[in-house]
Amino acid sequence: MLFFTRWRAAAILITALVVCLFAVPNFFPESTVRKWPSWAQRHIVLGLDLQGGSHLLLEVDSNAVRKERLQGLADDVLRELRAARIPFTGRAIHGNSVEVRITRETDIPTAMEKLRALSQPLSGILGTSGQRSIDISENGGLITLTPSDAAVIERIRQAVDQSIQIIERRVNELGLVEPTIQREGADRILVQVPGLQDPSRLKEILGKTAKLDFRMVDLSMTPEQAIGTHPPQDSEILDGEKGSKYLIEKRVLVSGADLTDAQPGFDQRTSEPIVSFRFNSTGARKFAEATQQNVGKPFAIVLDNKVISAPVIREPILGGSGQISGSFTVEQANDLAILLRAGALPAPLTIIEERTVGPGLGQDSIMAGEHAAYVGAALVVFFMLVTYGLFGLFANIAVGVNVAMIFGVLSMLNATLTLPGIAGIVLTVGIAVDSNVLIYERIREEVRTGRSAINAIDAGFSRALATILDSNITTFIAAAVLFYIGTGPVRGFAVTLGIGILTSLFTAFTLTRLIVAYWVRIWRPRTVPI
Amino acid sequence: MRLLRIVPDDTKFDFMRFRRISFPISAMLSIAAILLYFFHGLNFGIDFVGGTLIEVETKGAADLAQMRSTIAGLHLGDFQLQQFGAPNDVLIRISEQPGGDAAQQEAVQKVRGALGSDVDYRRVEVVGPSVSTELLAYGTIGLVLAIGAILVYLWFRFEWQFALGAMIANVHDLVLTVGFMSLTRVDFDLTSIAALLTILGYSLNDTVVIYDRIREMLRRYKRMSMPDLLNASINATLSRSIVNHLTVSLSLLALLLFGGQAIRSFTATMMFGVVLVGTYTSVFIASPILIYLGVGRTRQGEPEGTEAATPVAPPTAPSAPNLEPAQVPPPGQAAPRKARDLAAADLSGLAGSGQSSPPASGCLAPARLDLSGFAPQRPAAPATAIRDPALQPAGL
Repeated sequence: MLFFTRWRAAAILITALVVCLFAVPNFFPESTVRKWPSWAQRHIVLGLDLQGGSHLLLEVDSNAVRKERLQGLADDVLRELRAARIPFTGRAIHGNSVEVRITRETDIPTAMEKLRALSQPLSGILGTSGQRSIDISENGGLITLTPSDAAVIERIRQAVDQSIQIIERRVNELGLVEPTIQREGADRILVQVPGLQDPSRLKEILGKTAKLDFRMVDLSMTPEQAIGTHPPQDSEILDGEKGSKYLIEKRVLVSGADLTDAQPGFDQRTSEPIVSFRFNSTGARKFAEATQQNVGKPFAIVLDNKVISAPVIREPILGGSGQISGSFTVEQANDLAILLRAGALPAPLTIIEERTVGPGLGQDSIMAGEHAAYVGAALVVFFMLVTYGLFGLFANIAVGVNVAMIFGVLSMLNATLTLPGIAGIVLTVGIAVDSNVLIYERIREEVRTGRSAINAIDAGFSRALATILDSNITTFIAAAVLFYIGTGPVRGFAVTLGIGILTSLFTAFTLTRLIVAYWVRIWRPRTVPI
Repeated sequence: MRLLRIVPDDTKFDFMRFRRISFPISAMLSIAAILLYFFHGLNFGIDFVGGTLIEVETKGAADLAQMRSTIAGLHLGDFQLQQFGAPNDVLIRISEQPGGDAAQQEAVQKVRGALGSDVDYRRVEVVGPSVSTELLAYGTIGLVLAIGAILVYLWFRFEWQFALGAMIANVHDLVLTVGFMSLTRVDFDLTSIAALLTILGYSLNDTVVIYDRIREMLRRYKRMSMPDLLNASINATLSRSIVNHLTVSLSLLALLLFGGQAIRSFTATMMFGVVLVGTYTSVFIASPILIYLGVGRTRQGEPEGTEAATPVAPPTAPSAPNLEPAQVPPPGQAAPRKARDLAAADLSGLAGSGQSSPPASGCLAPARLDLSGFAPQRPAAPATAIRDPALQPAGL
């Protein structure tokens, strides 16, 4: 147990040294570290509860994705059947399916063929998975089309990916520093913005879908009449500013997807804040057509199903640009421009969890953590010295290296340090000492039974190591489970506890033994001063 | 240099004697804790029941009454307001709003609007219904999973009685800690689950050290009676246990005093779990329970055989005076804590140890451990089988 070849000793020392060196970048300011080579730049990331910032968990509204898919499918069915000149009735969305009834029995095979073409194979992990995107069935002339579950899941996944991109753009526009935006689970997105203290504006920006449509106002009846009876098939009632209601056609003339730019500005005549926009060539063409065909009639600018304004088309707009005014404040105009530039979210996002920590609390937490760590370490060091004397000193050195190694490993992994994480490190100091205590108590016992100094030390190590392994593994299992089920700060605790156990196993098995071995070799003691 | 010796060498304290007291006490405390949980309830934090938590710092001392009426005026349902650490630190907790996740955000907006910019928002946490149900599920699953995983691991390393004994003792730890948390109404949130898991891991740590020593002794001293053996193991590891508990307590004390208000509930719970309960159960529950689970049943002159041999195997007839097969509680009867069970099991323990009373004074013990200091076990009057002189091992 006490025999170390030179190679092994060197290997142990070098491993410990290298791991500790990884902790070094943490002590230098950001600016200096940036100049170092990339492999040396890994450092610990402070959790949001230590540096302050916002943590937002957003959920994609999968129902909205489903509904939109069904609506798109209904539109596709209409198009296909009209193109094939097949008369039909009762095209409607029922639950999760689109249903349509074919009037003539003879048309049914053709109809099925055309509609089957709508379904596409879905790709699995290794090419096509054999599943199709739509399940089609027919029963006595009634054709039912249902998007398959796999297709819906795929849609949601795409929606999440798209949303992440759009969120990135929006967050960048707000000028926020180093945000983390990542997918979490099947339909959630995690947005973490360090240093952000008031996330209200961010939440507003993320909460808006920003779907912009240009549609015609339906003048066939007044909105009040439509509410009273029943709006016509292709129109719907939408709210406008200040509780007013409009009857708007469902058909979209131009949509925000065709915008190339949107800028806040001020109206030339009234000086109120407006947003001026520009379409790409497709959008410009559609806009020109729409305005040409409808001079003199009002058209509605609809943002997220709310009518922002409904100006009358005075002349055809061929240049593909225009402006939106709608009693905005300057900030609202600004935000709308940001939203339009970044693009519309494919589905609404809801904030299901928010944790924001102000910088004041963050600073306090860091100081409290440091304080506790220093005091705890000092107490333990003192106690070990008093109880085990010289060997206590060895244990303290080993624990010191242990803590340095914990920081090193955390740096290597770019792990996040939270306040519970600091608590974990302090706890690890207490637990790490245990390994050494086990060894020393065993040595004491062996000495009492009359072994010689060196034999006692040797026996102490060999007997104790199996126990050390067993006992630490149980705590490690608890830490592993906690890592798996925990989030945020709690996960930070699990990480430091787990890493602490691993490093303390390493130092107990190697470093303490090494120190004692060398001490024995140099001093050749007759008695063990323990 | 005189080093600090908290525990004198060669202690010979008879721990096993207390098992008749410790088991009933533990049973009562556990029942009390369970009752507390059901009737007094835990102070669930927003992590598990949803809601909003806002910590604000007011300029100057906080006027709680005024803040309370302001927020009451917002009609947000149940809410709590309390001082949190410093006198100008206020913690506002608003219960979950009906209306799903979006409604929680609205509530925050309203509060921000009402309190205005006079206060500094140190922390805002909003947990909607979807996340809170998940966290609760994960938390419970995590605890169960951890218990299961550790049980499996211990089963590998030791025998099933050890695994079961450790689990009983440590679940008992958790139960008492939950009772403590219920009594003190500390916030029960995700960090509390972290504390519970850490207590579990750490307390098992302790138990495993003792079990390791017991296993070593079982191998070495094949004829020692169980209570003696357990006492010897505990006494041998006593010094290490005390020192270790002291170091961990020192670390936790530093955290408790200096770690700040944010993790106070965490550190207080850990302190209770690790220091008070962990030590007690490892010594007074986890070890004696091995007797009740049947470890070392075949002790009394019968060589144990390999470690893998289950200690409850029926003894071979000729040389093994296992005297009370009828009185052995069936293995796996995991709760011999009620008084009448104690009486039955106790008899068997005593009866067994009655056999060894002569040898305890030194025949068996090899040179290393001097067991002469142990009080000889009480002669077991009730069990008639012992009287049979033919069964007394010769030469002991």
